[in-house]
Amino acid sequence: MTATALDANEVVRFDRVERWLHWSNASLFLVLLATGMTLYIPALSSLVGRRVLLKDIHVISGLLLPLPLLAAYAGSWRGGLRRDVRRLSRWSVEDRRWLTSRGRRGQATMGKFNAGQKLNAIFVAGCIPLLFVTGSIMKWFSPFPLAWRTGATFVHDWLAIALAAVITVHILKALSDPVALRAMLRGTVPRAVVVRHHPRWAAEVEAERQDGTESSE
Amino acid sequence: MEPIVPDPPVFPVEDRPVGRRVVLGMLGLGGLGVLFGAKVQSGMAAFLSPLTRNDRTGLTSLLPSSDRFRIYSVTESMPSRTDAQYRLVVDGAVDQSLELDLADLRDRLPQTNLTRDFQCVTGWRVADVPWRGVKLADLLATVGVAPDATHVRFYSFDGVYTETLTLEQAQRDDVLVAHEMLGGPVTQPHGGPVRLYVAPMYGYKSLKWLDRIEVVRALDAPTDPGYWENLGYDTDAWVGESNGLDDAPTA
Repeated sequence: MTATALDANEVVRFDRVERWLHWSNASLFLVLLATGMTLYIPALSSLVGRRVLLKDIHVISGLLLPLPLLAAYAGSWRGGLRRDVRRLSRWSVEDRRWLTSRGRRGQATMGKFNAGQKLNAIFVAGCIPLLFVTGSIMKWFSPFPLAWRTGATFVHDWLAIALAAVITVHILKALSDPVALRAMLRGTVPRAVVVRHHPRWAAEVEAERQDGTESSE
Repeated sequence: MEPIVPDPPVFPVEDRPVGRRVVLGMLGLGGLGVLFGAKVQSGMAAFLSPLTRNDRTGLTSLLPSSDRFRIYSVTESMPSRTDAQYRLVVDGAVDQSLELDLADLRDRLPQTNLTRDFQCVTGWRVADVPWRGVKLADLLATVGVAPDATHVRFYSFDGVYTETLTLEQAQRDDVLVAHEMLGGPVTQPHGGPVRLYVAPMYGYKSLKWLDRIEVVRALDAPTDPGYWENLGYDTDAWVGESNGLDDAPTA
């Protein structure tokens, strides 16, 4: 999308690469959670059976999990993603105020993402390598001390429960916010929303426009 | 062309790379969890088990550190045999082979009750599990073991899992052919209708879905010494004295 399109009523929030990354991760997470819960909860295990098959699906999906992120970062298409990773990682004093006031303060300087969205993204980013490594230790345990296998299981289980809770809240939030949902499905948000709710992001978009740089895609 | 923001306000510039720090912190904590999680987990189990026992919803029993059984099976689907279909064969180097049904095991042979902890080699432990069944020693006495027999081999009706004990281990008082655990019949996920319970050893010795007990004169490949033993676990699986672990003994 070019600067011309930005002058219309829509602003690009997530470019094609970011949306592809989000939905690839989402699909893998859902498969991993479904198979993981079936392996973990005894009532489901005995209901579904086929433990070996479920285990294989879980392990293969887990091994695939880092690939979308690596692929999204691997080429010249990563510009929008990189800018957003930077935005998600960097916190201002206002983000802290927004978080401690549960969203009542810090609105006037809101950037592209609020502190809750930042926390969500950061937590998920931390979960991917942790679940990947602990899951690998659980699967290929023989080179390690047995206590590591127990420790890896401990970390994997607790983290997966926390991640399931975070993803549930994330989905509920998205479903209650049609604008956000549309942004991740089609990529854009109305310009009025940006101006009203994301003044700092609006300024960034404007600065990019004036520099003549493309905002995305 | 109208600018999006007429008068850009001044935004705070003291942004900190919190994301990188949080992710690195998570990785650090995760590493510590892998190294010391086994110890933390046993501490938490001690704290959680009273909660789990009084929790009628059963939700706390789903927490990773809680005092609960995890259901493992090595085959495609969980093997199933009804009480009526169930038969246990005892044969091999014995005077008189036997085929027992569930009523034989439940009503016609002397019963032994045992309450012991169940300790899995992967770290979880369930305290004070009540077991009921026939002492393996009694069963072996009934069939008459040949004088040159050395080991006992167990087969699961999942068709894959096997286990072995030395004759001496098999004749201990705390090794049961169990048809009840946790106050009721052994359920399918727990290895019902009949499973082995080897109290002093790690859980993988307590073979589920017991199909056949064979007294042998020597251990031979490929099934021996057992399913997990062939994947590197210790054959003499005493709790706290094998597999490089120091759990509190269960017997």
